[in-house]
Amino acid sequence: MQRIGVFVCWCGSNIAGTVDVKAVAEALKNEPGVVFSTDYQYMCSQAGQDMIKEAVKEHNLTGIVVCSCSPRMHEATFRKTAAAAGLNPYMVEIANIREQCSWVHKDMMTGTEKAVILGKAAVAKVNLNTPLTPGESPVTKRALVIGGGIAGIQTALDIADAGFPVDIVEKKPTIGGKMAQLDKTFPTLDCAACILTPKMVDVAQNENIRIFSYSEVTEVSGFVGNFDVTIKKKARYVKEDVCTGCGACLEKCPMKKVPNEFNLGMDNRSAIYIPFAQAVPKVATIDPNACNMLKNGKCGVCAKVCAAGAIDYTQKDEFIQEKYGAIVVATGFNPISMDKFDEFAYSQSKDVITSLEFERLTNAAGPSAGKLLRPSDGKHPHTIVFVQCVGSRCDACAEKGKEYCSKICCMYTAKHAMLTRDKYPDTEVYVFYIDVRTPGKNFDEFYRRAVEEYGVKYIKGMVGKVTPEGDKLKVQASDLIANKQLHIDADLVVLAAAIEPDQSARPLATMLTASMDTNDFFTEAHPKLRPVESPTAGVFLSGACQGPKDIPETVSQAGAAASKVIGLLAKDKLTGNPCVAGSNELMCNGCSSCANVCPYGAISYEEKEFRMPDRTTKVRRVAVVNPAVCQGCGACTVACPSGAMDLKGFANSQIMAEVDAICK
Amino acid sequence: MQVNEYKPLIVAFCCNWCSYAGADLAGNNRLAYPAEVKIIRVPCSCRVNPMFILRAFQRGADGVIICGCHPGDCHYTSGNYYTRRRMAALFSMLDYLGIEKERTRVEWVSAAEGAKFAATMNDFVQTVAALGENKRLEDLRCKK
Amino acid sequence: MQKVTREQLLNKASELLSNGTVSCVLGWAAGEFDYDVTPKMFNCVEELNAGFVFNDFCGANVSKYLVARAGKCEGKILVFLKPCDTYSFNQLLTEHRFDREKVYAVGIPCEGMADIAKVKAVCGDGISSIDTTGEDMKVTTLYADAPVSVAAADVLAERCINCKSKKHVAYDELMGEEGDVIDSARFDEVARLEAMSPDERFAFWQNELSRCIRCNACRDACPACTCEKCVFDNPNSGVENKSPANSFEEKLFHIIRAFHVAGRCTDCGECSRVCPQNIPLHLLNRKFIKDINEFYGDYQAGAEVGSRAPLVNYTTEDLEPGEVFDRRDNNA
Repeated sequence: MQRIGVFVCWCGSNIAGTVDVKAVAEALKNEPGVVFSTDYQYMCSQAGQDMIKEAVKEHNLTGIVVCSCSPRMHEATFRKTAAAAGLNPYMVEIANIREQCSWVHKDMMTGTEKAVILGKAAVAKVNLNTPLTPGESPVTKRALVIGGGIAGIQTALDIADAGFPVDIVEKKPTIGGKMAQLDKTFPTLDCAACILTPKMVDVAQNENIRIFSYSEVTEVSGFVGNFDVTIKKKARYVKEDVCTGCGACLEKCPMKKVPNEFNLGMDNRSAIYIPFAQAVPKVATIDPNACNMLKNGKCGVCAKVCAAGAIDYTQKDEFIQEKYGAIVVATGFNPISMDKFDEFAYSQSKDVITSLEFERLTNAAGPSAGKLLRPSDGKHPHTIVFVQCVGSRCDACAEKGKEYCSKICCMYTAKHAMLTRDKYPDTEVYVFYIDVRTPGKNFDEFYRRAVEEYGVKYIKGMVGKVTPEGDKLKVQASDLIANKQLHIDADLVVLAAAIEPDQSARPLATMLTASMDTNDFFTEAHPKLRPVESPTAGVFLSGACQGPKDIPETVSQAGAAASKVIGLLAKDKLTGNPCVAGSNELMCNGCSSCANVCPYGAISYEEKEFRMPDRTTKVRRVAVVNPAVCQGCGACTVACPSGAMDLKGFANSQIMAEVDAICK
Repeated sequence: MQVNEYKPLIVAFCCNWCSYAGADLAGNNRLAYPAEVKIIRVPCSCRVNPMFILRAFQRGADGVIICGCHPGDCHYTSGNYYTRRRMAALFSMLDYLGIEKERTRVEWVSAAEGAKFAATMNDFVQTVAALGENKRLEDLRCKK
Repeated sequence: MQKVTREQLLNKASELLSNGTVSCVLGWAAGEFDYDVTPKMFNCVEELNAGFVFNDFCGANVSKYLVARAGKCEGKILVFLKPCDTYSFNQLLTEHRFDREKVYAVGIPCEGMADIAKVKAVCGDGISSIDTTGEDMKVTTLYADAPVSVAAADVLAERCINCKSKKHVAYDELMGEEGDVIDSARFDEVARLEAMSPDERFAFWQNELSRCIRCNACRDACPACTCEKCVFDNPNSGVENKSPANSFEEKLFHIIRAFHVAGRCTDCGECSRVCPQNIPLHLLNRKFIKDINEFYGDYQAGAEVGSRAPLVNYTTEDLEPGEVFDRRDNNA
């Protein structure tokens, strides 16, 4: 039996004005378990708290009920008071007789009556309270960043700057991501490489950062502060620590007809390759699908020309196990495939290209060395049509496109149009759009400059069809404002393809038990208040894996994710919320209902041996809650048919006791 | 207190993060609602077991209302989505058994909606009062 | 009459026992009367020859017994599954309630099972034996001179009249031909109740549920009720083992029981079959199934292993609890 003390607060006249506090204290005296009951003007004051502490000592109290303001106001205060008096802080319950009683009821009798009932409910609950101690778990002070684009790079740099070791896992042979492929960046038009590559070098030189390039995460277990991760380092057939990146092998490699993915297949590379000159790590990689030596053992030229002796045709995939305290997902995006958009003749004509291909065409390091030339015949295009929202905001074409706005296309299209007119004033540039969306610092000014200073022809309307005819592309479109059909003979058509999350994101989300939306973007823990955290504790989100984003936004989110990681890694121990779920293994059926509803992946199963009444043993599958991961929502407790799952601090019996006390 | 006037007993389960805070806000703004409404704090609306609801009716409650964050705003991301399915199924079942459907309700009340909380409670009490006492689901032994 | 005979099943069981595929058999045995057939474990051919039966009264869904039995004998356990039993079989697998590796499932066709209450309604009490091997069943009673002939179709159990599937959704071996899922009228009775006024519905259920004696037969036969310890048996749950002292207790029990199996109930109808008070308990479960189908799209528990039950799932676009009634009122 508990020994409960009841403390009724006047809150000056806030409570005492409509509730007869003395009568409440008196009425609660006779409740089961109550051994002491009193009232005071301000329970939360030092004097009031001292009163509670003294009563705990004097009456040997095991539980406390404070009838006062909302627990959201002073529950923490009174828990501290209880702890100071030597009681477990979770032996305190608050009856909210201010916000939910005295302030909403005018009549003294009504208010008093309700206050007594609320007090009784709190007493009934405390009678069933048990001391709770928050669990503690150690924190591995190392972070993992998955994805080495600008998001991953910025996050890693920020974490490393704070003094914590960081590993970047990048599936490509180099970090840099999409930004490395871009030419200029809006709205300032500085060149992407000029601002990105120094950061890549910083990453390479930072003592706290390790780069696992050409690698993938294959397995994740554990929980916040204690993740166990397996990383597959794919065989690149070149010893990373020996290769100097001199490039001799690239020149001598006889197999030179491999489509170059860095230039989106618009030119070729050799079978042994370095994606681009500023690659980090600057190490060659052999493409096993193209290399004759690896395919049929006939060649070996690269090994002969390599002065450093870095080539190793026998290299195998390597699996690395590492522990991490936090994981940042920065898997980024890709433009969607244009295969299904036949109306734009993407697959029929080389001169219909995507915006990312346009970036490569205008990039000095690109296939045409920065000269804007038609991919088909290398001639200078005189009429260029840009089509926006190809696959974006596409309700009707859910089969091939996306319902959402890809966000970055309006700005990069304005950039492309402006740069084209700047470099080649003899070129006519049309942009077809549904809406032009330019929120962002200096964004609208940028777009208006394209229209007003550079004479880019913006036409509201969609392109219906592109037909290759001779060396022209016949573009049929509608001008919605002039309400007429347009026919344009274009030399080049550029499609602003929608962007979608990288395909590696979905299996990764499964490994991390991090949730995703229907478009495979990672879900935030809270869309407004916790935008860089995943609902799974210890997993953070950086960049376009969470939603379409431009570079400034990506970098700021990357920094925000880093700061959350630093906050986590700065702790030696994680103190959990003690009000977590727990499963009674004797009653658990192992049916998985609870794990199905758990938003945090806090529930796992183990096979456990039980002694049966007939002295035999039986192995059963039972649920185990990880208290470090559980957030205490209680969804599992209702999903559990046997009632094996219960929530500490809000147990079935406690809530039922409150119901009984109220309905008595 | 007027002796003859029938006053329904209402149990309101409120989630800690939105609706309980909404109820507090109603208090801060002194928005009155009947004292027959008694609030039980739960971490999330998905903590509400059908057993609690039936228990309340059994012990003489005349109406039970569950308040949670608006769909999409759950502190635990998905708790109220489960509440929505469970309660849709449960309430439909109670109605099937002939229990007046007006006695049960789910309402989404955010922490900023003090006025909505008070208005909801006023409306719910009025609706339940019009039905009269809950006779179909109560345990007569528990009656005073 | 069933399409497979006792002898065929016996031969199959004997064959699988003797070639070592299985080491025990889960089937049916006669009780005191021909019609009170109960599930039974057989450990050898001799036991089978002595006790195994298969007739129109083998309605018992034996899949539930695998929870306690699978893994208990040395090798695999042979289980004979009627089409509707296979749904429960899958649902139990979904919930990890037994080890599939320990079971050898033989799907057997089912022509529908007989309801003894209907037989008695035709032939009266005092039934001493029933022969179901012929086209019609021959019922011998203590009071009639000659056996009464009853057409099997006339005494078919309600759940078999409204059979939802002749298709086996799980088996290692199938006897007879693969059947089809049937577009049955099983929700008609639920719809009829829904169309009543609340007062009429209350009166209907008050009449039905007040007969409950809380014998727990429904729970014990239900293949979805396989909890290690039922909440109603748990002294800490606050609702344990109440006898129906008043009009509420049995409602609480049946509502909660139906809720606990909602989305998991395969609609096998065992609850109603075993109820000694003839309460149509399946109408509670069917209500949940009908609602779930209407609210969240068609879902058949046990149709496949590993599917996620509707009440432990959600979409962001689900209908609001309040809209349930608006929908119904608009449809009416």
